[in-house]
Amino acid sequence: MAAIFWKELADHLGSKRFFILSLIILVVAGTSVYLGIQGFREDPQSVGEYAYLLLFTTAQSGLPSFLSFLAFFGPLLAILLGFDAINSEFTRGTVSRVLSQPIYRDAWINGKFLAGLTTLAVVVVSIVLLIFGLGLFALGFPPEGSEFARLILFVVVAIVYLGFWLALGILYSVLFRQTASSALAAVATWLFFTLFLYMIAGLIADQLAPVRSDSTASDLLNNQNIRDFVLRFSPVALFEEATLPILVPTYRGLSLLAMLTRADVPTSPLSLGQSLLVGWPQLVGLVALTSVCFAAAYLVFMRREIRTS
Amino acid sequence: MIVEAKGLRKRYNHVWALDGLDLAVQEGEIYGLLGPNGSGKTTTILILLGLTEPTAGTVRVCGYNPVREPLAVKRVVGYLSEKVGFYEELSARENLQLITRLNGIPDREAKKRIEEALEHVGLADVAGRPVATFSHGMRQRLGIADVLVKKPRLAILDEPTSGIDPEGAVQILDLIKRLRDEAGMTIILSSHLLYQVQRICDRVGILQRGRMVAEGTVAELVGAGEGYWAKVEGATPALRARLEGEDWTFAVEELAPGLLQVALEENARAALFRIVAEEGAVISELRPRVRTLEEIYLRYFQE
Repeated sequence: MAAIFWKELADHLGSKRFFILSLIILVVAGTSVYLGIQGFREDPQSVGEYAYLLLFTTAQSGLPSFLSFLAFFGPLLAILLGFDAINSEFTRGTVSRVLSQPIYRDAWINGKFLAGLTTLAVVVVSIVLLIFGLGLFALGFPPEGSEFARLILFVVVAIVYLGFWLALGILYSVLFRQTASSALAAVATWLFFTLFLYMIAGLIADQLAPVRSDSTASDLLNNQNIRDFVLRFSPVALFEEATLPILVPTYRGLSLLAMLTRADVPTSPLSLGQSLLVGWPQLVGLVALTSVCFAAAYLVFMRREIRTS
Repeated sequence: MIVEAKGLRKRYNHVWALDGLDLAVQEGEIYGLLGPNGSGKTTTILILLGLTEPTAGTVRVCGYNPVREPLAVKRVVGYLSEKVGFYEELSARENLQLITRLNGIPDREAKKRIEEALEHVGLADVAGRPVATFSHGMRQRLGIADVLVKKPRLAILDEPTSGIDPEGAVQILDLIKRLRDEAGMTIILSSHLLYQVQRICDRVGILQRGRMVAEGTVAELVGAGEGYWAKVEGATPALRARLEGEDWTFAVEELAPGLLQVALEENARAALFRIVAEEGAVISELRPRVRTLEEIYLRYFQE
């Protein structure tokens, strides 16, 4: 499997599409962080505890925060690495050439997935480190240990999240014979989860539990719960819910109850373990989604006939 | 026996691609699997390699069962597929390197083998160029180098000459023959082009609709010494009647007015000359009635 892993990794890191997309993510992330730092400079009072974490979550003058940016565009990079993993080997005719060598069949798909995941990890880690560096330069004081721990955790969750999209791309590359169809299907899924589901969730919630001017608090709660329930089918929403408590230590959950009581409870930051607990169900959901997606790709690939005609 | 298959059957979506095939190949021979498209050649090869499972029947390749021990088989068998593909952006050398790594050949040994193989197929000068710039013939030769670096006991080549100009095909066939003569590999090759492969095959098997319909050396199948064909010009109806009356003629046919085609027995030439001279006609052509493989091929495939 090592031979496949290194070959695929070299392919990914050397490919033009990977270079272009990483550059875009880097530039936009860099800009949003730069603007964040500008904000700190203009208003030094706003630099409180956890300044480094704020760099990743503050949205400035119309630009999204680094977090939402990663949630939105990260999948595109992952899909790009995965959508033609298997079917391009079929169209190129390299399948029989590789599989007639003494390797187990699953070593191939495992090697491809691991190489993709490593590539994504390299991108995420290097961007996060870069932002760290920028922060150090601009803020002039080093991050605290707990900030560092939270960021490492964030990186791990981000890799799992991007791993889901990679697995989805590979799954489509097994299901569809044409690389064009698998690319379109993957991008359509991405659009559905990042844009349409947010609209649909609101629509469904308003239909089932309409909110009017004379609605009670329980109606409002109902509406919000239905919306959240529908949204949680989306890995994008899961990712944001799972990472917010990690990056925002004062965050206590998305539920209406947490929001309504925000004024009444002290806003002191939670400990890392408690923050993790807030996003734990979402985290588990994300890991499960990634595993299921890859398992499906694995099973279909193992049963596929080699014959290409 | 390096390859032994009995009663192979394989079904793809309700169609029997193989229907009770028996195959036996001896160590050191070049065996030609012949047959039209869709006769089951590629399916047979994929089963031998353990890349697909037979629905019924038993196979042994180099003493291993490809269904249960595919890795053991793949370690000693080299395979060149019909539509061989390479990683286009990698150079010829890098493509071969991938194969040696997948086979776990140590780097130093691999390097030596790769250069040898490239030299052998005549691609040493262009080894550093990306495969995307290669012609079809060059790719096919690179495919043979692919098999060579593995140093297999058995090489299975699926349609190695398809889509290549006659000159290139001759080159590739010579290359294949040298694999056997110099490296001592056993070779199974499939083709639908008889003339090309009959030159180098020790034995051929003809497949049709998933069954072996004929097998043997080329000479056996051709069946030499079965009499003569003669063309007679200026024949009269009387001559025709006389020829038809003789018991040494197999068939008399009138191709055009006054032009007869006669099939006769091995030792009846003298009699033919005499009768034709008596009737005042001329023999314009006389040739041995050797069947070409093509005739055999057509005979089996028309059934």
